[in-house]
Amino acid sequence: MAKITRKEFLAQDIVLLEIEAKRIASNAQVGQFVVLMPYETSERIPISLHNWDQIRGTIQIVFQIVGRTTSELSTLDVGDYIYTLLGPLGKPLELAEYGKVVCVGGGLGIPPIYNIAKGLKEKGNEVISIIGARTASLLILEELIREASDELITCTDDGSYGRKGFVTEALRDLLNTTKIDLVIAIGPVPMMEAVANLTRPMGIKTIVSLNPIMLDATGMCGVCRVKVGGQIKFACVDGPKFDGHEVDFADLRRRLAMYKEEEAKALEEWKARI
Amino acid sequence: MEGKDIERRIPIGERPPEERIKDFEEVCLGYTKEEAIAEAKRCLTCSRPLCVEGCPVGINIPAFISYIKEGNFPQALEEIKKKNLLPSICGRVCPSEYQCESKCVLGKIGAPIAIGALERAASDYGEENHLCEGNSPSHSVGRVAVIGSGPAGLTCAAELARSNIEVVVFEALHEFGGVLSYGIPSFRLPRRIIQKQIETLKAMGVKLEKNILVGRTIPFRDLLMKEKFQAVFIATGAGLPQLLGINGENLEGVYSANEYLTRVNLMRADQFPRYGTPIKRGKRVAVIGGGNVAIDAARVALRLSAEEVYIVYRRTEEEMPARRVEIEHAKEEGIKFLYLLSPIEIKGNGEKELVCKRMALLDERDASGRRKVRETEEIFNLKADVIIIAIGQKPNPLIPSLEPTLRRGKEGEIIVDEEMRTSLEAVWAGGDIASGAATVIMAMGMAKKAAESIKRYLGVT
Ligand SMILES: Cc1cc2nc3c(=O)[nH]c(=O)nc-3n(C[C@H](O)[C@H](O)[C@H](O)COP(=O)(O)OP(=O)(O)OC[C@H]3O[C@@H](n4cnc5c(N)ncnc54)[C@H](O)[C@@H]3O)c2cc1C
Ligand SMILES: Cc1cc2nc3c(=O)[nH]c(=O)nc-3n(C[C@H](O)[C@H](O)[C@H](O)COP(=O)(O)OP(=O)(O)OC[C@H]3O[C@@H](n4cnc5c(N)ncnc54)[C@H](O)[C@@H]3O)c2cc1C
Ligand code: SF4
Ligand code: SF4
Ligand code: FES
Repeated sequence: MAKITRKEFLAQDIVLLEIEAKRIASNAQVGQFVVLMPYETSERIPISLHNWDQIRGTIQIVFQIVGRTTSELSTLDVGDYIYTLLGPLGKPLELAEYGKVVCVGGGLGIPPIYNIAKGLKEKGNEVISIIGARTASLLILEELIREASDELITCTDDGSYGRKGFVTEALRDLLNTTKIDLVIAIGPVPMMEAVANLTRPMGIKTIVSLNPIMLDATGMCGVCRVKVGGQIKFACVDGPKFDGHEVDFADLRRRLAMYKEEEAKALEEWKARI
Repeated sequence: MEGKDIERRIPIGERPPEERIKDFEEVCLGYTKEEAIAEAKRCLTCSRPLCVEGCPVGINIPAFISYIKEGNFPQALEEIKKKNLLPSICGRVCPSEYQCESKCVLGKIGAPIAIGALERAASDYGEENHLCEGNSPSHSVGRVAVIGSGPAGLTCAAELARSNIEVVVFEALHEFGGVLSYGIPSFRLPRRIIQKQIETLKAMGVKLEKNILVGRTIPFRDLLMKEKFQAVFIATGAGLPQLLGINGENLEGVYSANEYLTRVNLMRADQFPRYGTPIKRGKRVAVIGGGNVAIDAARVALRLSAEEVYIVYRRTEEEMPARRVEIEHAKEEGIKFLYLLSPIEIKGNGEKELVCKRMALLDERDASGRRKVRETEEIFNLKADVIIIAIGQKPNPLIPSLEPTLRRGKEGEIIVDEEMRTSLEAVWAGGDIASGAATVIMAMGMAKKAAESIKRYLGVT
């Protein structure tokens, strides 16, 4: 049981939660995630760590309400308890001196980009962040990301704020003019795939954070298996960060859609119940 | 008891197949008190009891059976508990036909004593008198961390707590019990039985903490350094599912047995959508493998209203490592067994096809004494919409991968000496993490050895 200490709507259907979790906060590392169950009857779902505070013993996560479990989570308020919270999970991002790094965050990929950009900058890297969303109101956490980076480029698909167009377009322009040593991309699968396709011919090392369906998230069930470099990897323990040029994105997309029907049914049942 | 009677085992009550496949309630009803006493009376109380040699924890079998003969179930339970603190669990899932019962002298003239069923009867009827209640340690004489709450972790914790040692058990999942909770279905091991064992442990003063993945939530080294434990017992099990490595394995509806069983046993997907975790309810289900895990997955599929369930095994029934009684139960329930088939590909989506090569049985035997098989050119196709892979599990790699100085064997198991000590000072390991996937009672046996060694290390007798 973990207590919620802060709740904030960052945008329509996008919620930030701060949760008391001493042990997770003291051992969290850059690029990790947690798994949680809002209620005893819930699914276990993974959410990235956005931020954490060792001294206060709290962590922050940001999630979008998309289906049953995230809807359930959104009903919990400050003072309420989350039934199960496990973390920090996954291999941390290796914080080395890479040189010039671009952190690309799309949509719900923006919150985890925060601690990655911050960690890399503190390590002495020059960090350029590119964040993007469909429209201005969904472009969250801009000020925080700006602080954590040396430079920030914002984009919206509809041009309502910042550069008009996809983050990949901003990235292409940047790569054409500047020598970049590492690209990290987190966001929807098509975005990560587009980034990987863009950087592959240029030979720029690209790390993506994969978001397959998970269950235990301790390496025990294998549902999170992804194909990377022709090999099967369990994203919850071997990842979730992988070499973007090696990932079989088509396989990931197929596996993510596996429970579409059941997910709709679960949401319906829950709505009918509350 | 005279003549032929001694050769025959008192039958053990079971629910009829057509009734039991509709729910997840226990299949085996166990002996009534009267039946247990009658079965106990068959025992010869051998002065050199061979059965005891077959028990990995060395229960004094003739002694506890003698108490049952007298109808003294609480005392029988007390006798078992000297060696085995989880009798209600072992009495249900121990592969006794390969262990104690395989050694029983009566096996030479007829059926061996139903030792497992009697052990269960002792725990079912012995608890009434509260003889097995634990007490909190009066004073602490040491502090030990146990990682993992499967049978190995629970046993080690109980043994240490009995000697007034403070124990904290850390479990990664949100329920305790390890495979007992997420793997073995409730129709073989009801959840209340596990719950009760956990409650007993708590009453003995053991602290249990869930949602802690040691190595991540607490760095492994912190246990000894920061958290001031004097010793650590690693009991993280063999949870890493093996896959086939064939084409089509990532298609929707293709599961590892661990995933399939976890969705149902831990997450209650059988009660979807009230519980949020979904599962594919196939009409035709194919399970690949021949161990307990495969049989469990097949029987769960049946209870999720599959019309046809197949077990696809690469050898024959004789070589199947699963418990005999489970194979019989599965057959009674209508599960079909296909032998000498080795999958090479999964085709299609939704309605899929499992493409297998037909195997030929050879006279030659492997190291374990089982007959070897060889691939033939013949292809066999099986239609199925859900396919479950149950071909084995490997030791959990997390802690060893984060602790490179912890010595590991070829299969990823943690290497231990005869006292279950690892290559690290103050660190022991036992159960499936050290042996590779084995059995509940083997895990418990190793845990007991480790507990003895830890006690010596702490100077506790
Ligand atoms: C490592 C990782 C980090 C993530 N970080 C974030 C984050 O920071 N913020 C955020 O909003 N989302 C994040 N996600 C995605 C998040 O887990 C899903 O949005 C959530 O599980 C949806 O659950 P639902 O029941 O509300 O929706 P559903 O309607 O059940 O599912 C919607 C979609 O989410 C995916 N999904 C469903 N169940 C799971 C599951 N058990 N595990 C993973 N994905 C699932 C499927 O693609 C599905 O189609 C992350 C996923 C992973 C793997
Ligand atoms: C489906 C199935 C059916 C079986 N049927 C039988 C049977 O009928 N009879 C029989 O004797 N045996 C059976 N077995 C085998 C038996 O269950 C195992 O041999 C036994 O459970 C091993 O016990 P263990 O304590 O070593 O590990 P486990 O039971 O695997 O427990 C390990 C625990 O450690 C936890 N853990 C792992 N890593 C960490 C970490 N880093 N931090 C904290 N916690 C961690 C895991 O979550 C798990 O709860 C079966 C196994 C399966 C999978
Ligand atoms: S614990 Fe297992 S092997 Fe030992 S006596 Fe009981 S059933 Fe037999
Ligand atoms: S070997 Fe068989 S008959 Fe002899 S004591 Fe053991 S159980 Fe009884
Ligand atoms: S989520 Fe189960 S192994 Fe990764």
